[in-house]
Amino acid sequence: MRVFLEGVGIVGPGLPDWVASRAVLAGEDAYRPGPTVVAPSELLPPAERRRAPLAVRLALAAGQEAFRNAGRDVASTATVFASSSSDGDTLHQMCEMLATAEREVSPTRFHNSVHNAAAGYWSIATRCRKPSTSLACYDASFAAGLLEAAVQVATSGAPVGLIAYDQPYPEPLHSARPVAASFGAALVLTPESGERAFAALEIDFFAEPARATPMSDPALEATRLDNPAARALSLLATLARKRGGSVVLDYLSGAHLRIGASPC
Amino acid sequence: MQALAISHFSIVNSLGAGAEAVLLGLREKRSGLRACDFDTAAIDTYIGRVPGLEDSPVRADLAEFDCRNNRLVQRCLEQDGFGERIAQARDRYGAGRIGVFLGTSTSGIHTTELAYRRREPRTGALPADYHYAETQNAFSLGEFVRRYSGLNGPAFVVSSACSSTAKVFGNAARMITAGVCDAALVGGADSLCLTTLYGFRSLELTSRGPCRPYDAERDGISVGEGAGLALLERADRAPSGTVRLLGVGESSDAYHMSTPHPEGLGAKLAMRQALDSAGLQPSDIDYVNLHGTATKTNDASEDRAVVEVFGRDTPCSSTKGSTGHLLGAAGITEAIISILAIENNFMPGSANTRTVDPSLRCRYLLEVREGRVRCVLTNSFGFGGSNCSLILGRNE
Repeated sequence: MRVFLEGVGIVGPGLPDWVASRAVLAGEDAYRPGPTVVAPSELLPPAERRRAPLAVRLALAAGQEAFRNAGRDVASTATVFASSSSDGDTLHQMCEMLATAEREVSPTRFHNSVHNAAAGYWSIATRCRKPSTSLACYDASFAAGLLEAAVQVATSGAPVGLIAYDQPYPEPLHSARPVAASFGAALVLTPESGERAFAALEIDFFAEPARATPMSDPALEATRLDNPAARALSLLATLARKRGGSVVLDYLSGAHLRIGASPC
Repeated sequence: MQALAISHFSIVNSLGAGAEAVLLGLREKRSGLRACDFDTAAIDTYIGRVPGLEDSPVRADLAEFDCRNNRLVQRCLEQDGFGERIAQARDRYGAGRIGVFLGTSTSGIHTTELAYRRREPRTGALPADYHYAETQNAFSLGEFVRRYSGLNGPAFVVSSACSSTAKVFGNAARMITAGVCDAALVGGADSLCLTTLYGFRSLELTSRGPCRPYDAERDGISVGEGAGLALLERADRAPSGTVRLLGVGESSDAYHMSTPHPEGLGAKLAMRQALDSAGLQPSDIDYVNLHGTATKTNDASEDRAVVEVFGRDTPCSSTKGSTGHLLGAAGITEAIISILAIENNFMPGSANTRTVDPSLRCRYLLEVREGRVRCVLTNSFGFGGSNCSLILGRNE
């Protein structure tokens, strides 16, 4: 399947946004890992900017940057949200509360616990009534989301925004599912090579194992492997180099995605 | 859209295990709901519980995946010859050409709830026998079914609350249309847990008795559990007479996280898109299987949307009085109920509903109705304003 890329958004450890991170991902500047700084989203009303769960703010930050870079209208674009575990803080708080005698669950916490909470906040904030899919595929959530988004573009002939995000769990879940740093990555994909498209992506599914394309920098490779959404880094690095190339993304046990990226 | 054949399916919920039992329950307008007796939940409500799950662990070679949710889906794989049907499809298409697109809202969260009650007192650590990836994670269901069935096509789990297992029909249809796979296993499961029981209670949305959709005195949902699976193939690869997926419509409310748009704006969009994608008019639909959760606001909002799209003559009913609200599994459950209605030419009545709310205006069926059913539209709406309507119909 061939789709075109109009915009990228990223927020990760030492990677504040796509514009500021491009030279690092292209290997031109040194990578300095640091905490993931998630700016309060202008999409949310002021009262909700800091109160919204981290998972939601992460998704909104990456998504908003990708749409801004693409110059695309958010309200008229369908979305795919990909996350392994969505809001880990809320899951922990719910399970902790349910282990007490009182079991006083907060209604807000309950509605934030759904996997598609970020998609819900996104559609409310952007007044977007277009279809939205929220999916999970453990470590391969980005690859699964990319495949679904590309298939949507190919079958609908309309643009799609892909937003991948994952955050660390607090203990005790952290030990069961270790993720060190929050990460968000977003792409705006379109069916045509218009003015704003800067790369063509040829995306194919193969039902056989293959070795995923690593990052050449060991610290960036550690970041890529730490968080399911950061598995986007090998593709983003190829895009940052602006020379094109082929990237293998891990998908299922016994299956992978191959992406041919070429500048346009 | 290109119509797809639904060549085989399997269903289990509190109304019955297997298509025949569920069909009989619907024909007799029975209810599978009972006073809440799940785990240690102290809530004055009714639930739809599948009996015997406590004693039915998953297949030994997949023991790490053992949780209530995967036990439920395993029931589907074991009954009605469904496992053999998958094996035949695998031989026919190849394991890598069959996609697996399943949905769930809470996956194996009950395992995590139990683990939090068994934390190591000194360190707070979870017990050593807790398997996060295989139970709690949303993809647990997908990986379990892939491994159980030996499938290796494209896969993921959709989790968009109560629209999840309706939306997977759309995912599968797109993947098949795009040529990424030739056939797909769709459906999913949701299982009882404290999160949803106490969560819906916190929103004051749990019914005190068995839920009464569209009733003037409806007071909330009866949380249920269940699973359903269906095999989708290109229509030309399935026997004629097979019920088909004709249309899919999806939308977002963009209104509120846990309350539907009061005028049913998103619901209307989803229903109209489903009709457009099927190339059908509202008058082509013989029966609407409503989302009909039995909360005050959900039923009122859906009623407005349905009447606006279909007028007041199309027969409608909710089957949640029989099954309870299966949350993430509602979509596949009601898609299969719609297929049973088409195959057997009847429209389900609404169990537990006594007096239809006079302020609701759709043609609501209290009793089972016999009659030709060619096309059914079924609605599934979820938290976050996630809406999905499916149209199923006869091959003619």
